[in-house]
Amino acid sequence: MINVFGRSVGTPSNFTRLILLSALSVALMILDHRGHHLEKIRAGLNVLAYPIQLIASVPAYVGGSIGDFFTTRGTLRQDNEKLLAERQGLNAKVQQFDALEEENARLRRMLGSAAQVADKVLAAELVEVSSEPFTRKIVVAKGSRDGVYVGQSVIDAHGIMGQVTQVASQVSRVTLITDAGHAIPVLDNRSGLRMLVFGTGDPDTLKVPYLTSASDIKEGDLLVSSGMGGTFPPGYPVAQVRRIVNDPNEAFLAITAKPAAQLNHGKQVMLIWRGTPPKSGASAK
Amino acid sequence: MRLGLDAHRRLTLVATCTVAVILAIMPFPAWAEPFRPDWVGLVLIYWCLAMPERFSVGTGWLLGFIQDVLYGSLLGSNALGKTLLAFLTVRLHLQLRMFPRWQQAVSIFGLLIVNQLLVLWIRGAIGQAPDTFIYWTPSVVGALLWPWLFVILRDLRRRGGLT
Repeated sequence: MINVFGRSVGTPSNFTRLILLSALSVALMILDHRGHHLEKIRAGLNVLAYPIQLIASVPAYVGGSIGDFFTTRGTLRQDNEKLLAERQGLNAKVQQFDALEEENARLRRMLGSAAQVADKVLAAELVEVSSEPFTRKIVVAKGSRDGVYVGQSVIDAHGIMGQVTQVASQVSRVTLITDAGHAIPVLDNRSGLRMLVFGTGDPDTLKVPYLTSASDIKEGDLLVSSGMGGTFPPGYPVAQVRRIVNDPNEAFLAITAKPAAQLNHGKQVMLIWRGTPPKSGASAK
Repeated sequence: MRLGLDAHRRLTLVATCTVAVILAIMPFPAWAEPFRPDWVGLVLIYWCLAMPERFSVGTGWLLGFIQDVLYGSLLGSNALGKTLLAFLTVRLHLQLRMFPRWQQAVSIFGLLIVNQLLVLWIRGAIGQAPDTFIYWTPSVVGALLWPWLFVILRDLRRRGGLT
């Protein structure tokens, strides 16, 4: 073994290794963030990670099953009654919906704009694993073999949850609208004001920056997706304005909103495929 | 790990690391989520203290990389944090071993904070930094758990025949 400055060259010192591995990490990060060159590799790694995720989800699954097993008859009956009542209400609404959809299509034809086709929806089970601390991501048990694609919208019964950001063959990862790196274009349902809603990393809070005190927005307003940018379908509930603080020292209002979707509850989400509009809207995804 | 350890000994190392990785992604109820300590970091620190000649920077990188894949986070971000964590621990292992348990816990807190800070910087650089102070709780919880974790892992190490 050769000695260089009193160190043997055969086994690199920890410091050398630190430098080398740090450089490797930085290179990986740049490749991953900048060019998305690692999609293929990541998809492969995700396949390897799947068994570990399954093992990690076992306790929650077993806990859930035990909980289900001990559900009393009373609760079940109550649930059943509630669901029946809910179904009746929904059925009543659907009666109108058919007529409205027809009318809407007619009006759109008269305007000469693309008809809006109903979106295709697929239910997906959640894989019960946590994401990195203080990020808001979930894993769902549907992947590229089910036709899931990056950028696809995910909803639950109450509104938009987020979008698919990574796809492997059996699972995909969904970034929720509350994640600190996420923004979604919305409309105020009352006034039609356009804005962006950002995630904060907090599971129950969204923020709406860049609105001045002259903006027509009130506490309690419903914000629905505007469909701008083409990632999310228009017209789905996103959030409800919770609090508006007008600090004269700040240029913009400090607005917080509460997500419409129940991001922390439930075991199922729905993946949406946008109905492809015929003829004129060829560029829309 | 590669220096000719027999299967039984290696099993202890691999098993503790696997358990740590699984604990890191095991679902908690939403309210408990911020209190989840960095299990992988803690186990890494322990093995770096106990056997720095076998368990150091390379293993730290590997564990961090596995974490990145499982979290779906930016590939390399946790790997970099864990590499630095392993390096610092190995560098300080002689002092850390001498410390009484509580003082050790305080130092471990410092190490965990350095790791978290690095990851926070990286996440800030790509615009995904969480803006809450709760972000630091995992390190506090980790330091508080350290004395017990130390005893458990020492016991496992002795049973596993790793001296």
